Amino acid sequence: MSTMTDLNTMGAKGAIAEEAKGKWGMVIDQDICTGCQACVAACAMENNLSFVMEEDAGYGRSQQWIRIERFWEGEYPEVKATPFQPMLCQQCGSAPCEPVCPVFASVHSAAQDLNLQVYNRCIGTRYCANNCPYQVRQFNWRDYHIEPFHANEENGQLVFNLHNQFNPDVTVRRRGVMEKCTFCIQRIHKAEDKAKSEGREVEDGEFTTACAQACPTNAITFGLLDNSESLVSQLSQRSHGYHHLEELNTQPRITYLKEG
Amino acid sequence: MAVSSNYLHGAEKAHDEHHEEEEDPRQYLMYDPKPRGEMNAMVMESMTTTSWKFWVVLGILAFLVVTCFFYAWGYMIAEGLGVAGVMRPSYWGVFLVNTVFWIGISHAGTFISAILRVFKAEFRRPFTRAAELMTTFGLIQAGASIFMHLGRVWLAYWMFPIPNERQLWPNFHSPLMWDLGHNSTYVLGSTMYLFLPLIPDLAMARDRSTGWRKTFYKVLALGFRGTEGEWRHLTTAMNIFAFAIIPVMFSVHTIVSWDFAMASRPGWSSTVFGPYFVLGALHSGMGAVAIVLVIMRATMKHMDYFIRKEHFDALGKLMMIVSFAYAYFFFNDYIVQWYGGDKWTDTLLHWLEEGPMAWMFYQMVTFNIVIPFLTLWNKKIRTTPWLLALIGLLINVGMYWERYIIIPVTLSINRMPFTWKLYEPRVEIFLTIGTFSMFLLFYMIASRLIPLIPVWEVQEGQMVHTLRKVGKAHVPTVSEFE
Repeated sequence: MSTMTDLNTMGAKGAIAEEAKGKWGMVIDQDICTGCQACVAACAMENNLSFVMEEDAGYGRSQQWIRIERFWEGEYPEVKATPFQPMLCQQCGSAPCEPVCPVFASVHSAAQDLNLQVYNRCIGTRYCANNCPYQVRQFNWRDYHIEPFHANEENGQLVFNLHNQFNPDVTVRRRGVMEKCTFCIQRIHKAEDKAKSEGREVEDGEFTTACAQACPTNAITFGLLDNSESLVSQLSQRSHGYHHLEELNTQPRITYLKEG
Repeated sequence: MAVSSNYLHGAEKAHDEHHEEEEDPRQYLMYDPKPRGEMNAMVMESMTTTSWKFWVVLGILAFLVVTCFFYAWGYMIAEGLGVAGVMRPSYWGVFLVNTVFWIGISHAGTFISAILRVFKAEFRRPFTRAAELMTTFGLIQAGASIFMHLGRVWLAYWMFPIPNERQLWPNFHSPLMWDLGHNSTYVLGSTMYLFLPLIPDLAMARDRSTGWRKTFYKVLALGFRGTEGEWRHLTTAMNIFAFAIIPVMFSVHTIVSWDFAMASRPGWSSTVFGPYFVLGALHSGMGAVAIVLVIMRATMKHMDYFIRKEHFDALGKLMMIVSFAYAYFFFNDYIVQWYGGDKWTDTLLHWLEEGPMAWMFYQMVTFNIVIPFLTLWNKKIRTTPWLLALIGLLINVGMYWERYIIIPVTLSINRMPFTWKLYEPRVEIFLTIGTFSMFLLFYMIASRLIPLIPVWEVQEGQMVHTLRKVGKAHVPTVSEFE
């Protein structure tokens, strides 16, 4: 019964996390991001993202928990490129996606201070995605993981995308549910379990997310925000850091550095 | 049109020589009474007379329901929402447009049968039931549409507050839960409110039919005999429902609007959405009532006795007033947001005015505001059935566009320009045809099963309206009710 009350108070406005700065956080330095998309690929591998294929991806159904947004100024040919903008779930402290879910599929985790999506609870109203100002929630429009990619030309066997490289630590999502970046919660859990068995707290830098790990220029830094010694909390204090759509008071846990 | 009475016409003619503008009071249903038995027989006959055209249309509609509703929905459930056109950023599409549209249609029934009953507007008498039936059938379509929209519809019951092994209560912070609660209240309330005034007519039909119809009416009439006590109880119940359903009607569409207004999105986060949606619902509902009345009158036997020019006239006036009120809220929504000059709202408004869907925006303004303003002030237009039906149809197209603009078109613009994309409906088109066909199919079947005219209400009205002879003139008088 206690579960019920907890969820009801937390689901409201992410109230529980409001005063906190957040536990896990990220800093993305747009000045050194080269837009190489390594983070996008690494994230897809780590988190069992579906391969959506050309037609659906072109129509706006690409499954990317992190995407590289590219903008430019001016009209062709006088085009001036602006820094790349990797966009992923901002793990808001006061998340707009949480109160609107009728079945508590989008909830705030008290332990990790993250927004979680409980796939098994989701009934697919897609209200959370509409209310997400960052548009980072991804919906499973089809059963992409069980649809055959193509048939093998030699023996006619059906080829299923990604079947041989699923990450066993991460759920494979079926059609009709919402999903989004989890800050690689499976890695967080692993580190927490290890620390617990060794009788200590998780340390900063012990592990990192797939996107940060893959970034060749170290533009993405992940770590403990509530530890003032950590690299991520020091970087997030930099004067040229900013939060996306700060005016909405969503209290994002990701700081962007630009033009420093 | 009016049933002639030689004596009265003679008197009128003599009278008209002096006062040309004097009208024949017998053109009004209330002053043109028929004996009860004859009227009952007329209504019974209108239910049992069917031509081959009726069955052809019924067959086509049934085919459309099977293919476009059941088959298309089953296909979508089996394949996933990928076969529909919804995507990022338009996570909501035509399914919710249909939901809002059908709930809007359903509002006309409640407005006509509850508000006009409470205010004792006499012209409502012959068509309260036709409007109230639209409420029930419209809400069925709205409910179906909202279930179509779910990604995993087979788990929809997870929204119901029932004990479960996961120890989870639904999230009542979510506007969708308010919606669920209110719409189920409205379905139940309006169905009961449809049924209560139907009881005396069902009893009437029971006494005048044989065979399976007799059994059908016997079960539904609940043994109503028309005694003094039964009437008293029925009137009390109807009064309670008429008053109770009015706030439900207002809050239902307000809460539907909150699904949008509560979200923090440019174009949605608007405090005027509640009344704006209620008025919009009435606007499309009135138009739909006009269409239904014209079709009823043209296709069903004896309906030209019950539904007359005066009713189209009154309905046309109502449509015009609602159109004024709608325009008030429309400009309150758009002009205030435009003046505010918020960056994202500004982008959105430019997108609506100049984007690829601008034609829809201008059609919406034309059909919802300009056309009713230009036409409905004219009594000749109001009393020409096909013109009124055409205006009603245009209003409904305009209102459908309005919901389409508010949902998928507005969703195309958000605070992340990288994701901007225009939505295009796919399987939604078939499912929309399916819901419309199902609504018409239900209505056509109902028109042969239950009396579309509340006979007892007409008779009650005719009893209190009389023509009194004063000198040579006939003066219409109304005695006190109850």
